[in-house]
Formats: sequence, C-alpha cells, structure tokens
Amino acid sequence: MSNRINIQKTYKLFIDGKFPRTESGRYIKWSDSKESAVVNICRGSRKDFRNAMVAARKASGSWACRTAYNRAQILYRIGEMLEGRRDQFMAELTLQGLSKKQAENEIDTSIDRLIYYAGWADKFQQVFSHVNPVSLPYFNFTVPEATGVVAAIAPDDTSLLGLVSVIAPVIAGGNSIVVLASESFPLCSITLAEVLHTSDVPEGIVNILTGYRSELIEHFSSHMDVNAIIYCGNDRNDRKLVETNAALNIKRVVQFPEQNWSKDQHQSPYHIMKCQETKTTWHPVGI
Amino acid sequence: MNKTIKWEYSPAPESTDHIELKKQYNLFINGKFNAPKSGKYFKTINPSNEKTISSVAEADKTDVDKAVKSAKNAYEKIWSKMPAKERGKYIFRIARLLQERAREFSVIETMDGGKPIRESRDVDIPLASAHFFYHAGWADKLEYAFPGRQAKPIGVAGQIIPWNFPLLMAAWKLAPALATGNTVVLKPAETTPLTALKLAEIIQEADLPPGVINVVTGAGKTGQAIVNHPDVNKIAFTGSTEVGKYIMKAVAGSGKKYTLELGGKAANIIFEDAAIDQAVEGIINAIFFNQGHVCCAGSRLYIQEGVVDEVISKLRKRMETLIVGDPLDKNTDIGAINSKMQLQKIKSYVKMGTKEGGSIFQSSCSIPKKGFWHAPTIFTDVSQSNRIVQEEIFGPVLAIQTFRTVDEVMAKANNSPYGLSGGVWTEKGSKIFKVTQDIRAGVIWANTFNKFDPASPFGGYKESGVGSEGGIEGLSGYVNMV
Repeated sequence: MSNRINIQKTYKLFIDGKFPRTESGRYIKWSDSKESAVVNICRGSRKDFRNAMVAARKASGSWACRTAYNRAQILYRIGEMLEGRRDQFMAELTLQGLSKKQAENEIDTSIDRLIYYAGWADKFQQVFSHVNPVSLPYFNFTVPEATGVVAAIAPDDTSLLGLVSVIAPVIAGGNSIVVLASESFPLCSITLAEVLHTSDVPEGIVNILTGYRSELIEHFSSHMDVNAIIYCGNDRNDRKLVETNAALNIKRVVQFPEQNWSKDQHQSPYHIMKCQETKTTWHPVGI
Repeated sequence: MNKTIKWEYSPAPESTDHIELKKQYNLFINGKFNAPKSGKYFKTINPSNEKTISSVAEADKTDVDKAVKSAKNAYEKIWSKMPAKERGKYIFRIARLLQERAREFSVIETMDGGKPIRESRDVDIPLASAHFFYHAGWADKLEYAFPGRQAKPIGVAGQIIPWNFPLLMAAWKLAPALATGNTVVLKPAETTPLTALKLAEIIQEADLPPGVINVVTGAGKTGQAIVNHPDVNKIAFTGSTEVGKYIMKAVAGSGKKYTLELGGKAANIIFEDAAIDQAVEGIINAIFFNQGHVCCAGSRLYIQEGVVDEVISKLRKRMETLIVGDPLDKNTDIGAINSKMQLQKIKSYVKMGTKEGGSIFQSSCSIPKKGFWHAPTIFTDVSQSNRIVQEEIFGPVLAIQTFRTVDEVMAKANNSPYGLSGGVWTEKGSKIFKVTQDIRAGVIWANTFNKFDPASPFGGYKESGVGSEGGIEGLSGYVNMV
C-alpha cells in the first residue's frame, strides 16, 4: 500500500482549442451514486457560450474550405485517439453508473461512429450533388455546403456516445459546433475534448460546454450568429422554446428525440445533410 | 454614324377579347366553387389602369377549416391510397391543360399583376406548366430521389404564395406536393388571385379528385388561419422574411413542417475581366426583370474599380432604351408596379436613398398617368450601411458600390442577413468557381442572372429561408423519410 496521493482531474470547458474555467467562476458538484467520488464541473455561462461562438465563427470558414479528404482523416484520427484512451473512458463511464460491459459497448460504438462519419466526409457531397437537366443552354449543378456554425444541446442520457453522435456529422459536413454536454453525465465530455485536442481538429471547430440545460438553452437558441440549432430530448417546452427562438434569425432546427443511440439506424448521411445548405450554380454553355 | 437614331415602336398590344373572366370568384373547396360563409368579396384590380377586373371571395376561419377538412379527407381516403403512377398522370394532365391555355393565362397574369406580357408569356406560364410536367414524373420514382430511405407523404400542406409570380409560385408549390402524395390548401396573394382560380378550373377539367387541391383567397388573416389550423401538417410559404419569422413562431412546438422562401438582397459582382456588354445586359435583367419584384433580384451591384465608369455609362444608356408602359404591349420591358402599397414602399426607399446621400439616376421614360409606375432607378455613392443597400426594396431600384479586391467584395457581398442568390461576371473560369463557392447564397448565376427551371433547386441561406423548391432537393420538403 503506497501512501501516494492521487492527482485528481480538474474538469474545465473546451473553447477555441483551450481549456478555460468558466468565466463565471461557478461550479456544479457532481458525484456518483455511491458518493465515492465528487467532482466539480464547470457551470458554463452565457458569456462562455458567446466566447465559444466567436471562436466557432472564426474557425468555420477555413474548416469548410479544407479538402474533404483532410476532414475525413481528422475524423478518423479522433477515432484513433479515442481507441487509445479506452481506459480513461471506461473509468468515467463506470463511475457514471454503467456496467463494464455497457461501458465497453458505448466506447466501441463511439469509435465506430467516428469511423463511419470519417468515411462519409468525402462522399456525402457526391451522393447528394446533382447536375440538373435544365431546359436552357446552361450548365447547372447543385452541391451541399456547410451551413456554418451549429449550436447543439447533446443528449442527456449518455455521456459519450450521444455527444459523439451529434458532433461527428456536423463537423464531417464542414461546420463548426458549440455543444452543451450531458448535464446528468458530464464526465466524458471534457475527456473527449482532450481527445479532440490531440486529433488535429483545428481550434474553435468543436467547443464543449458543461452546465445547466435549463439555463443555457435560451442562449443557445436565441444567439443571432447561430446558423443551426440541434436539440436532443423530449421536453415539449424545450422544443417549443428552441423552435420559437430559431425564428429570430431563421435558424435551421434539428431535433432528435431520446433514443438508443447505439443502434445503427441513428447514424446516417442524412444526419450530415441536416446541417447543410443547398447551393445551385448556373453558367451559360456556348462559344 | 454620329446621328442618333430615334427608335419608335408602334403599339403592339396583346388582345384580350379571348379572355373569359367572371365578375365574381368563389372559393375552390372540395372540387367545387363555394361562396364564402361571410359573404364578403374583395376587388382585384389591374394595376396598370386601376380598373376592377373581378371580385374574389374572402375566406375566413370557417372557410379555411372547410378547405383543410376537405384536403384531409381527400388525403386519407383517396390521394394517399392511389397508386403513385396514377397520381403522376393527374399532374401530367394539369401540365398539358396549362400548355393548351397558355395564352389565356399569360394575358390574365399580366392584367392582374402588371407584369409585361413578354414575361408572362415567355417565363411565368411556360415555366409553370414545366413544373407540373417535371414533378409529375417523380410521383412513382421517389425511391430514386432518397437513396436508402423511404419517402412518405406528410398529409395536408398549407401553401401561401406571393404576388410577384402568381401562377408560377402556385406551380412551384402544388407540383411537388402532389407528386409526393400530399393534398393542399393554397392561398394566392390578395392582389393577384385570378390565375390560381383559373387553375382551379383546370383542376376541375383534369378531374382531379375533389379536395386534393383547394384554393382559398384572402389576405393575411386567411393565411393566418391556414398556418394555425391543427390539421395542416406542413406550411410552404413564399414571401417576406418578416412573415416567415412569424410563421416559424406560430408553428413552434406544433410538429408542423415548413419550408420558407423569403427575402433577398443579392450581390451582383462585375469584375474587370468580365465581358462588359453582356454584364450590362445582366445587370438590367437582374434588377429590372418583373419591375424588380423578385426576391432573388440583383439589387446590390458591385463593380470593380477599373471598369466603373464604363459600366455605369453603358448601364445608363441601356436604361434609357427600356420601355415602361402598357404591360399588355409586347414591346414593353417594364410593366406596372403590382399595387399602390408597393409603389409607396418603393418611393419611400428612393427618398431615403437620396436622404442618405446617394446619387440618383432615373431613366427619362414617360410614365402613364393612371396606374402604378416607377421609373428604373440606380443609386451610386452609397455605402454598405445605407438602408437601400441593406434592405429589400422589391422594386426597380439598384444600389451600386465599387471594390478593388476579391476579398473585399466577398466581405461586402456576404455582409447581409440574406442569402438567396448572387451573380458574378468574369471571363476567368477559376475566378468563377472561387467566387460562386464563397458567396453565402443558395442560387448563384455566373455570367447570367434570374434563370429558373423546375429541375434546378431554388432556396436561400440565412434569413432568406429554409429548404429548397425544384429539383430533387425540392421534393424533400414534402416527405417524411423513414
């Protein structure tokens, strides 16, 4: 029995590729069901969100302009890094109440999901683009383009898989994202940020906040520089609030009900398309 | 050849003697024309001479409810059960009947809305029938439109359309809705209801099952009743961003789907290496097509510094040749402003533009005494923050700015809450691809402007709307994917 004292992890936010504490100085005490471990989670504020939005907007253009092949490799890299950190996620997931087997499942599926979307990053454009047979002497084609900055309220009932399932299609499509992690199971979110940080994801492309959904949902949905808002959950009042606030600047609204995210049917190139715009270009054909 | 040739055009009016219009139109509900419950009618006038053409029923909540019930009934009992290929045949029929009656429809469109007959004859009506024809063929091929998914209809679609392209907008909305298996309650704009009601006659002729398409006329309140009706499953709206936002709020939490085609303030960008004469034609088409009553109009012009003087002097010269006048005359380029209200709005913006310090130029055309008219107008010496640069005017008014570099013009072009369309003029291919990629808008015209086709998706980024109309993409707004 050694007398060594463990070094405990400080859970912070992930904004603009850095790990700041919340500017508000507030925290949420989180403990496991046996109260054997107690962790202070940052209680993110409106200002934290706004800071993250500035970073996400600044980053979004250059991310969308990268080659699809490059984005695909970075998504694959996230999967690689996650694989290498299994033990850390195992510990956090079991601490948050999953059995060893459930935790293993969640990690496996999360990695597989990243690889799935890595593969789509350089193909969905091909599948969903069209050359249109217009009845005029013009060349006319339609391609999907990233909508810009996405704000997302991640699923509350999973710590890792829900978060990965929301982030991956958004960034595979060339958007940047500010995401609010699960309030009930927040531990994996900041560890995932460490994974992202070491995966060549450019700073500002993924920003992760922790905090109270009830406090932040208003700000996520009403911010005037957000292009699309993703809401995961079944609360009718939340849904109505998100849809109402989306009207302020015509945000695209994407909603996912509570669902078993481990099922294959919840991964799809159509999820990528939910945060894509449609651009059609005309040019005359002639001499 | 120093002598200026004076081109005189003899009048060439399209005849109206073959047009049959009733004195009064009722609501088209469940396959029949019914009087409105309130007994109220409103007049629709010809904006080029302010004469009343006909009067049209005003649908209230009760009438809308009746229309929605008939659409729901038709959806549940007939339309959703009909084999897709049969559904398609009905839509083909509508396309054919419209083609046969194209001349009649063009004249009515021009009388009711004020647009030049040349445009209704060559653009609005042929495109409307093309939309039905294109979408008819999709009805039994939807599994090819959505790989890996099954497309199911949504139910009853409430469709609210504007006055700038009355029949064409009806076709944009109706054709995809029907092809994907939905039924419809359509509300045309209050100033231009006639071609939609004539279309209802065609729908009768085509023997479309009663209730599949219902047409209710009225103003904002009628639209509101459609948006708020609990049995409407989807709202498709084309109109102002302001009303679009209202609709989003109104349907929030209801589970209703929506697609919105809203306002725009398109940047039309002329580079020094453009074919200048073509570009000048493009500018004219971008802003003066349909009196500028076009949501995707190229209303912000950006000219690269080296060609500013050349472009503006050619533009002024070309503006002087535009014929403003009788919309029924085949030589007319610019017809009447759609309504008195719209004319006042345009005039107030022009006043504002001068007040903000802009230099105004208007063509010296003669303008008829009766009716609503506005001369083609351009502003120079304006800046990005001016209201005539930021806000949608929806009239023949162009705001011109200059730029030096590509980065500068992209920043200016994208500095707008709107993102519907854009234009770029250059003879350099790589520049076209760069600029068309960087403009944050849904439809980009390179070395052309204001082209439309049923196979080509149309829709906006940012506050210009949600969803597309036309092409494969346009189908997705009318299906649930399972």
